[in-house]
Amino acid sequence: MLTIKNLHAEVEEKQILKGINLSVNAGEVHAIMGPNGSGKSSLASVLAGRENYHVTQGEILFSGMNLLDMSPEVRAREGLFLAFQYPIEIPGVSNINFLKTALAEIRVHKGLPPLDAKEFLRMSREKQKLVEFDAQLVNRSLNEGFSGGEKKRNEIFQLAMLEPKLSILDETDSGLDIDALRIVSKGVNKLRSENNAFIIITHYQRLLEYIVPDFVHVLYDGRIVKSGTKELALELEEKGYDWLKEEAREKATTI
Amino acid sequence: MPNDNEIIDNIANKEYEFGFVTDIEMDILPAGLNENTIRYISEKKKEPEWLLNWRLKGFQSFQKQKLPEWQNFQLPPIDFQKISYYAAPRNKKKYNSLDEVDPELLATFEKLGIPLSEQKALTGVAVDAVFDSISIATTYKDKLKELGIIFCSFGEAVQEHPELVQKYVGSVVPHSDNIFAALNAAVFSDGSFVYIPKGVRCPMELSTYFRINTENTGQFERTLIIADEGSYVSYLEGCTAPMRDENQLHAAVVELIALENAEIKYSTVQNWYPGDKDGKGGIYNFVTKRGICKGANAKISWTQVETGSAITWKYPSVILQGDNSTGEFYSVAVTRNRQIADTGTKMHHIGRNTRSRIISKGISAGHGNNSYRGLVQIGPKADQARNFTQCDSLLIGDQCGAHTFPYIESKNNTATVEHEATTSKIGEDQIFYLNQRGIDSEKAVALIINGYAKEVLNQLPMEFAVEAQKLLSITLEGSVG
Repeated sequence: MLTIKNLHAEVEEKQILKGINLSVNAGEVHAIMGPNGSGKSSLASVLAGRENYHVTQGEILFSGMNLLDMSPEVRAREGLFLAFQYPIEIPGVSNINFLKTALAEIRVHKGLPPLDAKEFLRMSREKQKLVEFDAQLVNRSLNEGFSGGEKKRNEIFQLAMLEPKLSILDETDSGLDIDALRIVSKGVNKLRSENNAFIIITHYQRLLEYIVPDFVHVLYDGRIVKSGTKELALELEEKGYDWLKEEAREKATTI
Repeated sequence: MPNDNEIIDNIANKEYEFGFVTDIEMDILPAGLNENTIRYISEKKKEPEWLLNWRLKGFQSFQKQKLPEWQNFQLPPIDFQKISYYAAPRNKKKYNSLDEVDPELLATFEKLGIPLSEQKALTGVAVDAVFDSISIATTYKDKLKELGIIFCSFGEAVQEHPELVQKYVGSVVPHSDNIFAALNAAVFSDGSFVYIPKGVRCPMELSTYFRINTENTGQFERTLIIADEGSYVSYLEGCTAPMRDENQLHAAVVELIALENAEIKYSTVQNWYPGDKDGKGGIYNFVTKRGICKGANAKISWTQVETGSAITWKYPSVILQGDNSTGEFYSVAVTRNRQIADTGTKMHHIGRNTRSRIISKGISAGHGNNSYRGLVQIGPKADQARNFTQCDSLLIGDQCGAHTFPYIESKNNTATVEHEATTSKIGEDQIFYLNQRGIDSEKAVALIINGYAKEVLNQLPMEFAVEAQKLLSITLEGSVG
């Protein structure tokens, strides 16, 4: 579904990704971990097509197409979803109208007719229940005055509504209390299927207790320095990142 | 992503939808302004002598006054002698039914989306259509008559209800008020007249649609709305003009009178031709609008959505004379290309326990300049008066301007006056967030703008709120890359 080859990228002329290789297949959940400033969120931004991130080398294939040729909205319509680390507030725009617009755009892109009001409403109710999202929040202005936890849960509700192929969760666990974390994870687990894939970016192993990944990758200094299964996350929890940093440095000097 | 210059080009390429000219035989008075012009208009309209005298007084005060200099823009020179002050479709007789109206005229209004045949009219909206100087047709007249409601052209009101006109005309905006109001008093051609009798709740929206067609003419209509004790009316005006390279002057006067326990809701969706991308042509929209809450518990509410005109310069105001009376002002003003808006309101608190609320939302794009100017005046007897003002500005791009000039004068220390102001830019973050959900930048901006203006749009009658939303989206199409 997603193939990243030798990806180099910079922001404001500073190199932040220095040769990422990653392959994600349908049905898989990949966790990307790593210390602050290692390039985790930058990778998410590059995938979503944020403006000031420039790819200097490498390629990204998404469902066989060149992702880097697509505008951010086309990437979204093709089924790439980013759950933002800091969801944006848009005053006066109701959550539900925003979702109706977004879903209509995605359906047009896929050559599907728009959902009528009744179908849309039914779908919205169903998904609210699925991810345990408060009905009151559905009709409020998009993220305006939402608590940190409510914003993160709204991202998962949007994910449920838009049914993307590939979802990237950028530190969705940060700022969540244990109950919210459980609800968010439960939602994601229900949405997992053999047709979609997830990339979960996180600092902590805690989230991975709830959403069990198939693969864990450690990002350090713009490169993936280690990949493994869920046991790697436990190892990191125990030993921290320093030993990996050490290893990476040694590798760099021997090369 | 396009840069700012491309963005500006994009906006300029959007055509003004209503820029066509109707080819129809017209009676046009040659350009020029003197006493004879006024006598000609008055005679043409078979006016009583008191009205001619009132016009002449207006002309005298016009001659005495100078153009203001306090506004926040360079006022272009206006040659009042080069304007024609009267233009009317050549069809002498009065229309008794729509069948008698020139089909070309009806077609014009159809094209503008204002069907005048009652079967096709928006349900629940009565329309008065003004073409250059003359009111063409008023719909639903008979139905309103049953309730005692008078809704007709100003000219007709002068003939058929002279006592009401004489009593109230100039009672809120005197003929000497300001130079443009004085000019209007002298040469006003037509406009709408509304009277709602005691205790009657007008069952439908009343609406006037103004259209400037002829070259080198000014439009000087006058609207007078009287809501008698305990009555209610909601009124809406819309306007368009052809695209021309010359500027055209629109200097209207609107007077609202709300007696005890009466309520008037006045909404404007203004879409005069704004000029081209370099600021050539467009309407000068210099209008004096004022209402008075004469009796206790009266309420006047102004709502305006201003997207057109080269220069918009007006301050719909309320005189809060009756105790416990309420004044409201809700405004969205958009300026782009070289458009200028200097608009706001005045709330004069005279009576006890009077309240006013001002919500102003300015949107500037391109090289547009948007100023909010507002006066809240609390008189010595206005015990417990309250005002709340919120004045927001939204900037799109970095070549436009937003300015705020709030004035507060309080002569009563029991009054409460609150003022809040914000300035924001449409954030790249907001647009990217919407992009990431599959929405392109153009639609994203439309969503954000409509969200921003929602508090004002919500005040509009349902049918027009949808129109206004569309208008805002179209106006700002291409503003952001």
